[in-house]
Amino acid sequence: MTAKTLYDKIWDAHLVSEDADGTSLIYIDRHLVHEVTSPQAFEGLRAAGRPVRAPEKTIAVPDHNVPTTLDRIDGVVKNEESRIQLDALDKNARDFGVHYYPVDDIRQGVVHIIGPEQGWTLPGMTIVCGDSHTATHGAFGALAHGIGTSEVEHVLATQALIQQKSKNMKVEITGKLAEGVTAKDITMAVIGKTGTAGGTGYVIEYCGEAIRDLSMEGRMTVCNMAIEGGARAGLIAPDQTTYDYVMGRPHAPKGAEWEMALAYWKTMFTDEDAEFDLMLTLKGEDIAPLVTWGTSPEDVLPITGVVPHPDEFEGGKVDAVKRSLEYMQLTPGQKLTDIAVDTVFVGSCTNGRIEDFREVARIVKGKKIKTGMRAIAVPGSGLVRLQAEEEGVAKILSDAGFEWRLAGCSMCLAMNPDKLQPGERCAATTNRNFEGRQGRGGLTHLVSPAMAAAAALTGHLTDVREM
Amino acid sequence: MKKFTQITGVAAPMPLVNVDTDMIIPKLFLKTIKRSGLGKNLFDEMRFDDNGEEIADFVLNKPAYRNAQILVAGENFGCGSSREHAPWALLDFGIRVVISTSFADIFFNNCFKNGILPIVLPQSDVDKLMEDANRGANAVLSVDLESQTISGPDGGQISFEVDAFKKHCLINGLDDIGLTMQKADAIDVFEAKHSVSAPWI
Repeated sequence: MTAKTLYDKIWDAHLVSEDADGTSLIYIDRHLVHEVTSPQAFEGLRAAGRPVRAPEKTIAVPDHNVPTTLDRIDGVVKNEESRIQLDALDKNARDFGVHYYPVDDIRQGVVHIIGPEQGWTLPGMTIVCGDSHTATHGAFGALAHGIGTSEVEHVLATQALIQQKSKNMKVEITGKLAEGVTAKDITMAVIGKTGTAGGTGYVIEYCGEAIRDLSMEGRMTVCNMAIEGGARAGLIAPDQTTYDYVMGRPHAPKGAEWEMALAYWKTMFTDEDAEFDLMLTLKGEDIAPLVTWGTSPEDVLPITGVVPHPDEFEGGKVDAVKRSLEYMQLTPGQKLTDIAVDTVFVGSCTNGRIEDFREVARIVKGKKIKTGMRAIAVPGSGLVRLQAEEEGVAKILSDAGFEWRLAGCSMCLAMNPDKLQPGERCAATTNRNFEGRQGRGGLTHLVSPAMAAAAALTGHLTDVREM
Repeated sequence: MKKFTQITGVAAPMPLVNVDTDMIIPKLFLKTIKRSGLGKNLFDEMRFDDNGEEIADFVLNKPAYRNAQILVAGENFGCGSSREHAPWALLDFGIRVVISTSFADIFFNNCFKNGILPIVLPQSDVDKLMEDANRGANAVLSVDLESQTISGPDGGQISFEVDAFKKHCLINGLDDIGLTMQKADAIDVFEAKHSVSAPWI
């Protein structure tokens, strides 16, 4: 038998049909739906008189548009367009009979946080969502990727997706991480190496000791940003850490089915002799706490570095860097630690899980954020919020001066009231530093939760290892 | 879906690398529940200033390129989110072809679902077409999907590759869902088998 990668195994197990030219129909085990990329898809079903083929495998939740301030409990969504979009999801979810977590449900949250939390996300599955950060679920050894709205409609109607198989890429992180270095730094380091197009056409499997040592939360952070490197999906083979996380979750298998599932999941790994089309190895020890300086996630440097000069680049990147530096209001040679920030944001599908808030709490405990600083902590789900409150994490953050909010995508993408003002500079635990991503004219520096906490205390980008 | 066979139109140069979906259509405009009407907000933050006035030196605001149907773009065009609003906005503006050395995966697929042809070419060909596109109103290119060729203003021709299935769907304006529905039996068979081998799903 031919040796297979983990990706090959999941692909083969979901192949419905394959044409001579490689165009394949892949069965989808879980379809996650949110309010922004689904209304046109449901409308398409209505127009054609089609039902949702597998409503029991379809999970809907509002996250991008929802306000995160406490007054949302009163049902206040002040933006008319946001309200229309949220109402549309509510109606569509009920009309088509899919699983649904409305805004006032404690289980509501960012779609990529609640999928794993509720046990919808399981090893070996195929998972899609009309959102590029669907890659997050790859942390469980599930093939998970973003799709467009036409494909959302296609999956709703057929529970299958037309695909061409991607190539296999292996990213190995060897050894141990140094003090102050986290999963976020791993995933940013990889993008710094490959560039934002380096993964295009590939599914990445992350492996190596530093990956194995990560919690599920950390693994989700790593896979979340696979898309920022251009890859269709990121994968991490399941192991005991995965099984321990999944066991007992509401939609995880139980009893005899758990045993059957576990036996299957234990076959979900890359065979020893399997071949990858591309390989990259980084030493865990070499990764430093990172920060972005530009407007592309590939613009990463260790916090000890300086803002680069456009001349250090080649080709089209030279002009892109000039444009970035002008937009970011930075000067070549400027020390990264000299960059003052106005705002700190902790949250999003990248870093909105319990471990992220624990990490922030560890650093800010008993301290106060810099005077005048705006610091916002937005849990990824109502249940993360609850857990952080029960553990005392929320209180530590509030005492330090953080605003402690309700769950949602919040300031990751400025589709809701949480956004940056023009020229406002933010250290954010999110995934994209594009122009205007956090609000028109907003200046974003991507960092880990630990680095965000450090910046909140000092008022400038800061090496967390010195705290 | 709108059929795509042949397009002759003005090509606009956009050499910037890593043009992301937030640039193509800022999130502010994702709050629609329709597919149409996004053309006026295409490249909004690059095209208009804070007062909503046109920024004169943005390529699509220049008189020669206001009716461009083709974009010649820098590498990794369309990176970022999965929002299909990006191709919807391009299409609504009138863009039917985007040419680059590389595209982000999801954006690339989304184009084909909406009658837009993304063409991947080697750097030397893109450089040549970028030069052609810089000729303003004379920057007319003809893109023929059937013969997979681009004809430049000087009569030169460049061939391009396209996935056979995607080409077939574009030329005939075929809806993927209809095609997959014809395989409903195969999906039924798979689903029945899958529910026995993995009942927890």
